[in-house]
Amino acid sequence: MAIFYRRLPKFRYVSPKTVEEALDFLGNHKNKAKVMAGGTDLIPQLKSREIPPPEYVVDIKGIQGLEGISYDGSTFRIGALCTINRIGNSDVIQSHFPSIVQAAQSMASPQVRNRGTFGGNICNGVPSADSAPPLLTLSAEVTIKGPGGERVIPLERFFTGPKKTSLEGDELLIDISIPKPEKGSRGVYLKLSPRHSMDLAIVGVAAWGTYLDGVCTDIKIGLGAVAPTPMRAIKAEGLIKGQKVTPDVIEEAARVAGSECSPIDDFRASAEYRRDMVYILTKRALNRIFS
Amino acid sequence: MERLNIKVNGKDYELQVKPWATLLDVIREEIGLTGTKEGCGEGECGACTVIMDGMAVNSCIVLAMEANNREVITIEGLAEGDRLHPIQEAFLEKGGMQCGFCTPGMIMSTKVLLDGNKNPTDEEIRKALEGNFCRCTGYTKIFESVKAAAEKMRGEI
Ligand SMILES: Cc1cc2nc3c(=O)[nH]c(=O)nc-3n(C[C@H](O)[C@H](O)[C@H](O)COP(=O)(O)OP(=O)(O)OC[C@H]3O[C@@H](n4cnc5c(N)ncnc54)[C@H](O)[C@@H]3O)c2cc1C
Ligand code: FES
Ligand code: FES
Repeated sequence: MAIFYRRLPKFRYVSPKTVEEALDFLGNHKNKAKVMAGGTDLIPQLKSREIPPPEYVVDIKGIQGLEGISYDGSTFRIGALCTINRIGNSDVIQSHFPSIVQAAQSMASPQVRNRGTFGGNICNGVPSADSAPPLLTLSAEVTIKGPGGERVIPLERFFTGPKKTSLEGDELLIDISIPKPEKGSRGVYLKLSPRHSMDLAIVGVAAWGTYLDGVCTDIKIGLGAVAPTPMRAIKAEGLIKGQKVTPDVIEEAARVAGSECSPIDDFRASAEYRRDMVYILTKRALNRIFS
Repeated sequence: MERLNIKVNGKDYELQVKPWATLLDVIREEIGLTGTKEGCGEGECGACTVIMDGMAVNSCIVLAMEANNREVITIEGLAEGDRLHPIQEAFLEKGGMQCGFCTPGMIMSTKVLLDGNKNPTDEEIRKALEGNFCRCTGYTKIFESVKAAAEKMRGEI
């Protein structure tokens, strides 16, 4: 066990008021500054000395315009500063993307949800991030701004390894965008954790799909905590898409999902148990959306 | 040092704080209000819960500077003189505490719940307190205290 220090290490605090100001500061202090949104990952990591103390903590919560949820008729946008609680209580998100609300409400505690953001959850880049599996099934993209301007990439390409993302030290995540879902599509997020509350996922499974006259017209499956990054179960999806949905098809797809992930043994669970649970939860999730 | 303007329990403070000080450090050590407790120090246990701009937060993982120009309520801000807040009365009457270490945090989470919802369901009470751990009571008496507090605040008892 790492030693846990009650005191934070020394750093300086800056709170830019605009994206441009924040980017200028990050550009001028590359590798010396660390961005903070809600701080619910960053502050405990600094206290435990899990990451080297930065010279500056750049608190971006003073930047206006990144805290909301918007919809322009084709795309939903969740601002980088939108809190988990706001997402979990959003009627708009609930009516279009219930799996996102399920993920938000499964996370941490009211205190942490009041501060933490989806932006921080994905930038932190842990394989168990609860927001990731549902977002992956919804073809989410992330908008990133840096010294070279703006880039938009699929969330799948954003995650590059455990606690690693394609974000550079002088870049900011601006928002997470989700295309308008197909009419009649359904989604679900199932999280397995020993405790109901205040616990990270041993396995998280999200599914999203559409169904017409008994035939699956589209399906996406997202898995958390069972690979170096949150991942899509592409092979399992391939077995269902375009097929008539029967118990056999669901059974086979769930088995394949369990074998195409690559979990590790750790103190939370063994790899073998995780694979079994991916199978069970994928089956459950598919039965929910195709019923 | 950074300049911090903060309102705590209705009183304005202008302080010089270390940029790496947490809100909890400042409440306990600079302002001297020691009702708010430090348990885990990492956001897990809820002993340090205070209300910032109407929302429950873990003051051990909020920087003091994040509370600049904001309003904070701690457990000391609930009673009016010798008159306890109905939530405090309910915890006393129902025995919602043993060692008492978790109690300030429990009461602050309860206050946020009951300020927004006069008649919470059992499930809503459990959800509102999910970030507050108690190592003594087994939670049943805390749960009963919250129900009694809700009744008191509705004027039923
Ligand atoms: C008690 C407790 C329980 C928790 N339970 C869960 C849980 O059940 N499920 C779960 O998934 N997580 C959980 N977490 C982890 C954490 O709360 C979430 O990951 C949260 O979403 C992080 O958001 P944040 O805004 O606080 O991130 P921060 O701590 O502010 O930032 C996290 C990382 O992302 C970077 N970052 C943040 N925003 C940006 C941006 N806009 N641009 C560039 N970089 C950025 C930061 O530099 C940092 O490296 C828990 C944490 C605690 C303390
Ligand atoms: S002391 Fe802050 S949550 Fe435990
Ligand atoms: S009364 Fe002792 S921790 Fe709750």
